[in-house]
Amino acid sequence: MTLMQKFLGATATLALTAGAAFAEPALIYDLGGKFDKSFNEAAFNGAQQFAEATGGSFRDIELQSEAQREQALRRFAERGMNPVVTTGFSMSTPIANVAADYPDTKFVTIDGFVDPGAHPNVLSILFSEHEGSYLVGMMAAMASDSGTVGFIGGMDIPLIRRFACGYAQGVKAVNGDATVISNMTGTTPSAWNDPVKGSELTLAQISQGADVVYAAAGGTGIGVLQTAADQNILSVGVDSNQNYMQPGSVLTSMLKRVDVAVFESMSAGADLETGVKVLGLAEEGVGYSLDEYNASLVSDEMKAAVDAARASIISGDIAVHNYTTDDSCPVLDF
Amino acid sequence: MEFLTIVQLLDSTLRSATPLLLACLAGLFSERAGIFDIGLEGKMLAAAFLSAAVAFATGSVWIGLLAGIGASVALSLLHGLASINFRGNQLISGVAINFLAAGATVLFAQNWFRQGGRTPQLSGDARFDPISLPFAETLQDVPIFGPIYHELISGHAILVYVALFMVPLTWWVLFRTRFGLRLRAVGEAPEAVDTAGISVVHLRYAAVIICGILCGIAGAYLSTGLQANFTKDMTANRGFIALAALIFAKWRPWYALGACLLFGFLFAIETRFQNIDLLGFTLPVQFVQALPYILTVVILAGFVGRAIPPRAGGAPYIKER
Repeated sequence: MTLMQKFLGATATLALTAGAAFAEPALIYDLGGKFDKSFNEAAFNGAQQFAEATGGSFRDIELQSEAQREQALRRFAERGMNPVVTTGFSMSTPIANVAADYPDTKFVTIDGFVDPGAHPNVLSILFSEHEGSYLVGMMAAMASDSGTVGFIGGMDIPLIRRFACGYAQGVKAVNGDATVISNMTGTTPSAWNDPVKGSELTLAQISQGADVVYAAAGGTGIGVLQTAADQNILSVGVDSNQNYMQPGSVLTSMLKRVDVAVFESMSAGADLETGVKVLGLAEEGVGYSLDEYNASLVSDEMKAAVDAARASIISGDIAVHNYTTDDSCPVLDF
Repeated sequence: MEFLTIVQLLDSTLRSATPLLLACLAGLFSERAGIFDIGLEGKMLAAAFLSAAVAFATGSVWIGLLAGIGASVALSLLHGLASINFRGNQLISGVAINFLAAGATVLFAQNWFRQGGRTPQLSGDARFDPISLPFAETLQDVPIFGPIYHELISGHAILVYVALFMVPLTWWVLFRTRFGLRLRAVGEAPEAVDTAGISVVHLRYAAVIICGILCGIAGAYLSTGLQANFTKDMTANRGFIALAALIFAKWRPWYALGACLLFGFLFAIETRFQNIDLLGFTLPVQFVQALPYILTVVILAGFVGRAIPPRAGGAPYIKER
C-alpha cells in the first residue's frame, strides 16, 4: 500500500512539474472589476494581446472581497500558473505573505511594491503617474477658460494623491494663477464604484467654476465623464483610453500602459526578470491619448507644448514632484 | 458663505436625498406592517439595472421605470413569501435579497450587453431629463427668490418631485385612511387585526408590494435620472443609509423627510468641501461621511428621544388555533 502511495505521489509530482514547464500565466483583477473601462480592463486587454500573439491562454479571476486575495494567489500558484500577475496596490501584502511558499512561481504586482530583497521571485511594476498626469494637467489648464480645473480621485490613497499632485503641477506650469479643486470619492474600496457620487462631485466642482475635470477614480469616473458631457464641460479620462466614452467631451486620457506591462510579463513567462520596474514617460509607460474622438479638442499649440514638456521631463529638465516620496505636494493641499 | 453656494448646496441635497427618501418611505410601509426589510439595497439595485436595461432596449424611460418597479416588486414578493408565508427570519431573507441582486444584476448585464456588467449609455427619451418649471428662466434674475426658484426648485428630474409628493401621500395613507390604520395595527398587534376578521397576510403583502414600488422608483432614479447607465453595485449602500434614516425618523413620514434631507445635506457638504474649517478646528471629510451613522447610533442609544420600532416587527404572525 505504501509503495502504491509512493508511486502515485511520484506520478503526481511528475505531472505537476511537467505542467509547470508549459505553465499558463494567470491574472488577478482588483476589486474594481475586469471591465471597469479603466485600470483592470487595460490589464485584461494586455492579457488578450498575449493570448492572440502567442496562441497561448491565460487564467483570470475577479476578486469579490478582500479575503480572496491570498486564496486566489495560492490557488493559481498551486495549479502551476507562472507568472501570476496581479493588479492594484492592495495585492502587495498578500503577495509578500505568499511568495516565499512558492519559490518557483514568479509573482507580478502592478501598482504594488514588494521588497525585492526579501522576496526574490516578485516583480513590482510601478508607473510614474505623476509624469503622465502632469501632461494632462497642462492640457487641462490650456483648455480651461475659467482658470479653474478639477480633480476627482477614487479611494483616498497615496497612489491617487500622486495623480492629483502631478496634475496640479502641470496645471500650475501653464497658468500659475489657476485653481485646482481636488476631491476624493471616499476612503473605502466602494469609492471605485460610485458613479452617482462621481456625478455629484463633478456638479459641485462645476458650481465652483471648474470647466475641465480629471477623474482618476475607476468606475466612479464613468459618472464624472457622463456629467461633464451633460453639463458641456471637458473631462480627462484615466488608465485606459476613455476618449470614446463621451466623444467631444473627453479632452484626453492619461494613459497608463498596464496592458503593456501585463503583455510583457506574460510573454516572459517563467523566465521573467524580477525586482522593481518603474515605467515613466521615457519607457512609454504613461502618456496621453490622441485619437479621432478628441482630435477637435486638442489644438496644435496644446500638442506642441505637451510634447515639449514630455521631452523635458525625459531629459530631466523638468522634475515632476512625486507625492509618494515624501507624502506631500508643493502645489496642492489634501 | 455666499448665498449662491448655499443654494447650490441645497440643490445637491435634494438630488442626494431623493433615492434615500423613496427607499426610506418604502421601508416605512414595510416595517410599519411588521416586516423588517434590510433588502432595500438589493431591490434598488435590481430596479436600477432593469430600468436602465429596458429603457435602453425600448428607448422609453417610462417603460424602463415600469420594468424597474416590476423587478423590485418581484423581490419584495420573494421577501413576503419567505417572511409571511414561510415565517422565515426576515433579516436573513433581506440579506439574501441583497446578495441575489448584487450577483444577478451583473450576471444578466454581462449576458445581455457584454459590457462587463454594465448597461449601455442611455440618451434622449431613455433618460429622465431635468425639467424646467414654468418661468424658471425669466425669474432667474430676481434677487433671492430667482436663484432659489431657478437653481433649487426647478431643474430636477420628475422623480424628485414624485419623491417629495410621496411624503404627504404616505402620511395621508397611513394616518387618515382605514387601510393605513389597519396597516399600522398589523405591525403593532397582528392578533387584534386577525380577531377583527381582517387578513394579516393580505395586509402584509400589500405593505411589501408598496415597499417594492417605492424601491423601484428609487432604483430607476439612480440609473436613469442621476446616471445614464447601470454600473455594478451602483447603489453604494444607499439602501442601508435609508434604513438608518428610517430609525432616525422613528418610523414617521414627515420625520423621514427631515432625516433624508439632513443626510442628503451631509452628502452635499462632503462633496462640496474636502475639509471644513469650523471655529479654528479642521473637520476632516471622513467625519462628515460618518455622521449619518453616528447620528443613528446616538438616536438608537436613546440620547435624543427614543426610537421605538413597531412592536410586532420582525416576528412572523402565527395564527392561534
